[in-house]
Amino acid sequence: MVSASIVGVLAGLILAPLLGGIINRVKALFAGRSGQPLLQPYRDIAKLLRKGAVFSTTTGEMFGVGPAIGVAAGVVGLTLLPLGGSRAPVAFSGDFLLLLGLLALARFCIVLAALDTGSAFEGMGASREVAFSALAEPAMLLAVGALVRATDAQSLSAAVGAVWKQVWQPSMPAAVLVAAALAVVLLCENARIPFDDPNTHLELTMIHEVMVLDHSGPDFGLVLYGGALKLWIFSALLAGVLVPVRCGSPWLDAVATVIGTFCVAAGGGAVESTMARLRLVRVPQLLVGAAVMAALAVLLVR
Amino acid sequence: MAGVSLAELHNGFSLPSSEVPRCGWDELCTEICTHIGSGARLAALAGRPVNDRLEVLVVLVRPEHGTLALGRAEVGARFASLTPACPAAHMFERELAEQWGVVPDGHPWLKPVRFHRSYRPGHDAWSRAVDDSILPCVTDFFRVDGEEVHEVAVGPVHAGVIEPGHFRFQCHGEHVLHLEIALGYQHRGVERALLAADPRRAIHLAETLAGDSTVAHTTAHCVALEALGAGQAPPRAEAIRAIALELERLANHVGDLGALAGDVGFLPTQSFCGRLRGDLLNLTALVCGNRFGRNLVRPGGVAFDLEPERASELGARLQEILQDVRGALELLFESSSVLVRFEGTGSVSSSLATELGLVGVAARASGLERDVRAELPVGMYRFAQVPVSTWHTGDVFARAWVRWLEVQRSAVLVSDLLAALPTGGLATRCPAPRGDRIAVAMVEGWRGEVCHLVQTDPGGRIATYKVVDPSFHNWMGLAMALRNQQISDFPLCNKSFNLSYCGHDL
Repeated sequence: MVSASIVGVLAGLILAPLLGGIINRVKALFAGRSGQPLLQPYRDIAKLLRKGAVFSTTTGEMFGVGPAIGVAAGVVGLTLLPLGGSRAPVAFSGDFLLLLGLLALARFCIVLAALDTGSAFEGMGASREVAFSALAEPAMLLAVGALVRATDAQSLSAAVGAVWKQVWQPSMPAAVLVAAALAVVLLCENARIPFDDPNTHLELTMIHEVMVLDHSGPDFGLVLYGGALKLWIFSALLAGVLVPVRCGSPWLDAVATVIGTFCVAAGGGAVESTMARLRLVRVPQLLVGAAVMAALAVLLVR
Repeated sequence: MAGVSLAELHNGFSLPSSEVPRCGWDELCTEICTHIGSGARLAALAGRPVNDRLEVLVVLVRPEHGTLALGRAEVGARFASLTPACPAAHMFERELAEQWGVVPDGHPWLKPVRFHRSYRPGHDAWSRAVDDSILPCVTDFFRVDGEEVHEVAVGPVHAGVIEPGHFRFQCHGEHVLHLEIALGYQHRGVERALLAADPRRAIHLAETLAGDSTVAHTTAHCVALEALGAGQAPPRAEAIRAIALELERLANHVGDLGALAGDVGFLPTQSFCGRLRGDLLNLTALVCGNRFGRNLVRPGGVAFDLEPERASELGARLQEILQDVRGALELLFESSSVLVRFEGTGSVSSSLATELGLVGVAARASGLERDVRAELPVGMYRFAQVPVSTWHTGDVFARAWVRWLEVQRSAVLVSDLLAALPTGGLATRCPAPRGDRIAVAMVEGWRGEVCHLVQTDPGGRIATYKVVDPSFHNWMGLAMALRNQQISDFPLCNKSFNLSYCGHDL
């Protein structure tokens, strides 16, 4: 039991950048291109870690600390993350609040690092990130809250483990709403279309990317890896809710959920390939919509 | 009647300088305002030093007559600005001030345009000393003060591979109160080089006025030279010029529509249009061996023929490309997530567009029927009728939609021209320019009207060469389109105008 959950954490640490590669390949497939190699995100991170970094003279200590805390928070978050029926190494009652807090901590530090540069661009990106996350966090909290309430569980591991017995079968609508809210929050929190365009070079339209414009070398490598861990956490959580494999063997459950995680990433790539970005002023509306869906799910479950 | 103080001229023709009446500046200003009030627009304002004074030559387009109107007046070191009465003149007056060291009194925002020294040593509109350094965009900027108002400065170095320009936003949060655009980084002094150039070399300068409008600028240059020398390109050459001009329009419009899709993150159309633009550029290469149409248009005609085999290959390939373009663009215009981004973004009302004197796609997207191909047809366009494509909303959608309409109509025009290519020679010898004449050549490039105003001295040497790229008229339109918009929509608005930096900076 313990071994499977430790392996789950290691899988997250190792496979997280692969999700970005999967998304890129799906997008390339839609565009009729052959696309970059599946393992390109690993190469990018490895390249950045070997490089030197340039620091603006206006930056202070926070600038370097932000990316490191971002990765640290992601790693700790992984230990709380169940892979479907496979429990997380650390599970206690109310652990989902800690997971959300860790994600908030990572964002807070990256935002501080951005503000540390004193650049108008980064300040703009930071203000956007904070404004949107203020709406995404309640949606996330409500979605996880609905999950926990429906399964009568105390911890995330117990809730995700029981989701197919107690949520999907008796009250389908609530489960659909929870999954939809989680999917919206996933796209927003990970700077994907329709919220943000990870490929754009237009600094005025960026949200997440513009915050890390000044980071270079190993720091930027950490930012990318931290982002990959975050994408993994959200995708695995969504896959845990969506993948109906609860066969009792933690190994099988975990493998099924990892495959589901890859499918979630591929679905994200398909969304990016077929729709345009939202206008920035419309983003809050969609996030509030997600929060409303999650709130409705809380009301629907008994 | 062109009015007592203006002379009438047809596009692509010349007249003796003496036939352009001279009048007082105030009288000329009144005349300009009267004409603009009755539907004319300002095409060019050029200065020429006469003794210690400056002769200002004005060219108006009078669409309802299908003619140009020329007038001139002499001004001293200071004169009353035309801009308060005719906002479209504001850039021209700034240009006059910078080039000739004259001061238009009452100009609302008199700043340098391209940051170079005055052409008349000792005259400087800002009383800068001879040894003062002049650096691009080191100047005053409009500034909004107040709590929570902040300034965002973008460029001249951008994140993408584009030309250098400096954009200053006065913002309240995401809301743009004002955008000021400062250019001049690309100033090369082409107009002055055209004056001094050997006639055989001038054509190469004309080709590089704005690289994406090579055919438009070279055609205007050649038409102006032919008008001055009483030369005439043969019909077959005129047809090949028109084909090249329409291919240039097709390639750039398709590329722009793909880039617009990219700016809203709509990948399918972006990917396809990127390839299709290349395919369309290759059609120009099929005609003359260069993807941007260099070395094709020459004074007196064209340098390359379109034999029947190549003409039919061109037509077949164009049809094939157009089918793919149709697929990619129908997808774009049918996607609600794209339309919601395009519609209502960066609107320019038709009254504002008229006031600012916008031209080309930007003007037509605001509902103005401004298209030199229909208004002042020259060359093949006298025989091939082109419907003017307009849309009334003035937003990003309108600018995209007008491009799509023009893509379809240009493709039809190219097919028609290919089907009935006139026979005959490719070029005639273009005689040397006659002395003391003024010629104006206007060509509707893909971005808008390109105007070349050329004046010769009594010896037949070129004394004034004024180039007006459509970007020169339209940059202010972009700045105004951004008012009360979201700063995050700037890249999209910018792309929908897609103005040239080097065409402006010359």
